[in-house]
Amino acid sequence: MRVSYKWLQEYVEVDISPYELAEALTLTGLAVESIEEPGKDIQKVYTGKILKIENHPNADKLVICQVTVGGEENLQIVTGAPNVREGQVVPVAVVGAKLAGGLAIKKAKLRGVESRGMLCSGQELGLDPDTMPADQAHGIMILPPDTPVGLDVKPLIGLDDVILGLELTPNRGDCMSMIGVAREVAAILKKPLKMPPVNLNEPAPAPEDRVQVDIEEPDLCRRYVARLLKNVRVGPSPAWMQQRLRAAGMRPISNVVDVTNYVMMELGQPLHAFDYHKLRDGHIIVRRAVREEVIVSLDKAERKLSTDMLVIADPDGPVAVAGVMGGLYSEVTEETTAVLLESAYFKPVSVRRTSRDLGLRSESSSRFEKGIDITGCRRAADRAAALLAEMGAADVTEIVVDNYPEPASEKTILLRPERVNHLLDLQLTGTEISALLARLHFKVQDDEKGIMVTVPGHRPDVNIEVDLIEEVARLYGFNKVAGTLPVGAITRGARTYPQELALRVKNYFSRGGFSEVITYSFISPRVFDRLAMPADSPYRNVVALHNPLSEEQSVMRTLLFPGLLEVLQRNSNRRVRDGAVFELGRVFYPREGEPLPEEVTMLAAAVTGETPGGWNTRPMVMDFYFLKGILEALLERVGVQDVSYVPAGDVPGFHPGRTAVVRAGEQELGVIGELHPDVQEAYDLDQKVTVLEINFDRLIQVSGAPRRYTPLPKFPGVDRDLAVVVRQDIPAGELIKAIERAGGTILRNVRLFDVYRGQNIESGYRSVAFALKFQAEDRTLTDEEVGKKIESITGTLEKEFGAVLRK
Amino acid sequence: MEEKLKQILAEAGQVLAQAGDLDQLNEIRVRFLGKKGLLTGVLRGMGSLSAEERPKIGRLANEVRSEIEDILARRTAEIKEEVKKVRLEAEKIDVTLPGVAFMAGRKHPLSMIQEEIEDIFLGMGYSIEEGPEIELDFYNFEALNLPKDHPARDMQDSFYINPEVLLRTHTSPVQVRTMERTAPALPVRIIAPGRVYRRDDDATHSPMFNQVEGLAIDRRVTFADLKGTLQAFVERMFGPETKTRFRPSFFPFTEPSAEVDISCVMCGGSGCRVCSQTGWLEILGCGMVHPRVLEVSGYNPEEVTGFAFGMGVERITMLKYGIDDLRLLFENDLRFLAQF
Repeated sequence: MRVSYKWLQEYVEVDISPYELAEALTLTGLAVESIEEPGKDIQKVYTGKILKIENHPNADKLVICQVTVGGEENLQIVTGAPNVREGQVVPVAVVGAKLAGGLAIKKAKLRGVESRGMLCSGQELGLDPDTMPADQAHGIMILPPDTPVGLDVKPLIGLDDVILGLELTPNRGDCMSMIGVAREVAAILKKPLKMPPVNLNEPAPAPEDRVQVDIEEPDLCRRYVARLLKNVRVGPSPAWMQQRLRAAGMRPISNVVDVTNYVMMELGQPLHAFDYHKLRDGHIIVRRAVREEVIVSLDKAERKLSTDMLVIADPDGPVAVAGVMGGLYSEVTEETTAVLLESAYFKPVSVRRTSRDLGLRSESSSRFEKGIDITGCRRAADRAAALLAEMGAADVTEIVVDNYPEPASEKTILLRPERVNHLLDLQLTGTEISALLARLHFKVQDDEKGIMVTVPGHRPDVNIEVDLIEEVARLYGFNKVAGTLPVGAITRGARTYPQELALRVKNYFSRGGFSEVITYSFISPRVFDRLAMPADSPYRNVVALHNPLSEEQSVMRTLLFPGLLEVLQRNSNRRVRDGAVFELGRVFYPREGEPLPEEVTMLAAAVTGETPGGWNTRPMVMDFYFLKGILEALLERVGVQDVSYVPAGDVPGFHPGRTAVVRAGEQELGVIGELHPDVQEAYDLDQKVTVLEINFDRLIQVSGAPRRYTPLPKFPGVDRDLAVVVRQDIPAGELIKAIERAGGTILRNVRLFDVYRGQNIESGYRSVAFALKFQAEDRTLTDEEVGKKIESITGTLEKEFGAVLRK
Repeated sequence: MEEKLKQILAEAGQVLAQAGDLDQLNEIRVRFLGKKGLLTGVLRGMGSLSAEERPKIGRLANEVRSEIEDILARRTAEIKEEVKKVRLEAEKIDVTLPGVAFMAGRKHPLSMIQEEIEDIFLGMGYSIEEGPEIELDFYNFEALNLPKDHPARDMQDSFYINPEVLLRTHTSPVQVRTMERTAPALPVRIIAPGRVYRRDDDATHSPMFNQVEGLAIDRRVTFADLKGTLQAFVERMFGPETKTRFRPSFFPFTEPSAEVDISCVMCGGSGCRVCSQTGWLEILGCGMVHPRVLEVSGYNPEEVTGFAFGMGVERITMLKYGIDDLRLLFENDLRFLAQF
């Protein structure tokens, strides 16, 4: 909503500056988001009359104008504007003038002809071309012919005004009008509100004129006022009205249309003007559209209507979509001689749905859908008629139909002062509260239970007690309420175990060199093709968005790591080739027979390239074992027991020989593995990538094994190294398990420290070396005892895996 | 003999003073004090002395020995000190060379700010609640006093799965879910952080972003408490000098409703580009829980009151770190992430 500071003065005396007004409005609930001073830069632009126009000797598109701005000498000005005519009064920027955007006017020669100034377009004066009459949108601004010459144009065309841009909340439809804003201003400044006058001199109707209004859907149209105007003389509206419409952001069109728009901007009641002679028998029928019905709206588009939509029709068919837009056929044109004015109340939800379904939003629909003042319909129709009569644009007739089947009853609400004070923590008296509400035009009456408040018709948003408390609070001033902290029972503020664990995992990864990323929860369904997921893969069973922004973001993810691959890809494109990233977030699995999907929190990480090296350290390759080390230490830290890594074989998207399923006991936690080379290629990554994806919700369940102290050893331990040669395909994990089994209780620790293939080792075999620590709690071990254990370990390895001791 | 002893002492003093390292000292010690050393050699001739002279010479010999030992010890210490000095000098390194490269990792700035917000409210006795990101229309809108076709739904353009299920557009449904579960127990003090989604994608809107919702319900929670709580939050988050201002606004699920502005963190309130010359920055919306929301969730609005607030984590993160482009937060450029 654009509010002209000058226009506002007509309804309330504003004795503070526009900037102070903006602040005051903002702090009472009408947020001012912009303050425009369209004429701020403009200087030395005067009204001038074009006395003579001659062709330019050297240019077809230029003309030479002799212009008077009231001085002794006429000015010769060259212009290229197509719409100049002799006798017009136009804005003239003389030498030394400044225009919008700071353009300075100097004496100039245009194609050899001297020009002393410039004839101005609206745009050059800082006006929005969309608010200029159509014939002036791309040419010189034309002022009314009776405008005196030599005046400063700024006050004449509203350039001395300040426009406040209001960002209204959806509940304050009443402030989509000057009178609504003025009412707020009057309340803030404690000034009276001046309602615009309505002076009607109704002559007798001509006998053949007839207006009939039938409301077939009283639920969707609760009131319909139709007023007949005769002897209509369509022409431009007066300058003052054009100026105000421009200030409000509207384009002046013709006196009849401008008056309907003007009254809508003034009072908030959308009006529509029909060409009376285009309506059969002057008969208005408010009904639902019938199936397959079509209307060509004012914007010349053909609109298909549905039976949910309310239309204004005559006996021949629809002439307007109720509250949204008029029809082209009954539009007011230059030939119109009689006008039927509509001022109605349409049900907000109905207008909202219709305008949404037609994809058609208008100044009218945006007001109806928020609820207008049903008590003001008649007044708005009368105001428009009076304005047209005053302008000499039409004669008002006595014919007015006000079809109002069930007049709205007054809404009264009980307001308990103690409730106000309880909620706001204030100590206002009933009198103070009543005074605040009265300033906002609520009628108040003391009652034994409190204050009986009658809500005025323009406030359909106020329905219950708390609505009134808000009115009291905002006018009293939110910033006058002190700040306190709640009193009451102490509450425990602590993270739950899962929340705590999530935080620990994030800390762990970030301290371990990983960057946390946050990727979108919606992904492209093509991701599954890129990962070579089979058609029946459960991951393809996704929750799909009905109205995605693009296919790239059209389904909810069932896996996290593809998002990480995209992150690595994007970074690689930006020449950041090495990376270690992780994300903790949800995936979504549809559930049969349930409205909501299952949401599971997953932990994913991906590494590629090398760690940064230094002048004295070598970079480390971030491969499978790098990531596995990170995962092993994490699981150990968060107390997951009995962890195993089982060769996974074929997992879609992963390298078949470099992927493991991660288990805790019998529970499957997730997967860790190198990306399949095809997938790596599909993501256009030139280095190997290893990823892990762990079900975090399951991790929560298996984590948290209690930590128990074990006494430090009292007796010395014995360290022995053991290297065996085994077939290459025997998993080291199996060897370790066998060693642990054979080593018994005195084998404290097994550490694999070397794997070797190559010289001296038969092909297909490898040497694996372990550091073993033997230690007993109750004695110093003898060499003999340890030797026996080693023998038993080597025996087991030989028997189970064909391992040969490497000497 | 006496002469001889004195001569030995003088000689020892001389060579010891000249000795340059510990090996030489050791040689000298052996030459003078060793089993076959000079002093022993002299003492061996004691047998030829008279009974009166013997103790006298013996005493003198002991004095000489002890004096040589003293000198030796002093020289040893001196030389050791010198050697150490030389070694330390030789061991000097260039301390301006960089340390061992440590792989730098970071939590996402949004995570860090969310954690900071959480910690502030945890400290005030709030607990953290979570709710589904894919939500029923009922919890996301209807129970929050936003019936279908309410104009205020325009404020939140939604991603729908089907007419009854959508991606939550705010964290407010967690309010309702929590109250439904806790009613009629009191007090309720929760925050609900999480991802939310709106069908908007441009320079200043991301289709996915993060909010933190807050809710406090008790027998006597007031608008003043809402103000005090949020003032406390703002001061912890942005510094004690930060001012707040409450502007009346509209949310269907609170009444009265307010927007909270803070004095601009860039210019301190004097007006700059970041605050569009107003001196104020809007950071969150809040209000007193609407009686209908309390009622739907199982509380009697005549007996309890409450406040609620909701803030955008992105907005606060951008203000805290001076990030001027929202999209950076979701591009996950590692060079960007490494800055926090």
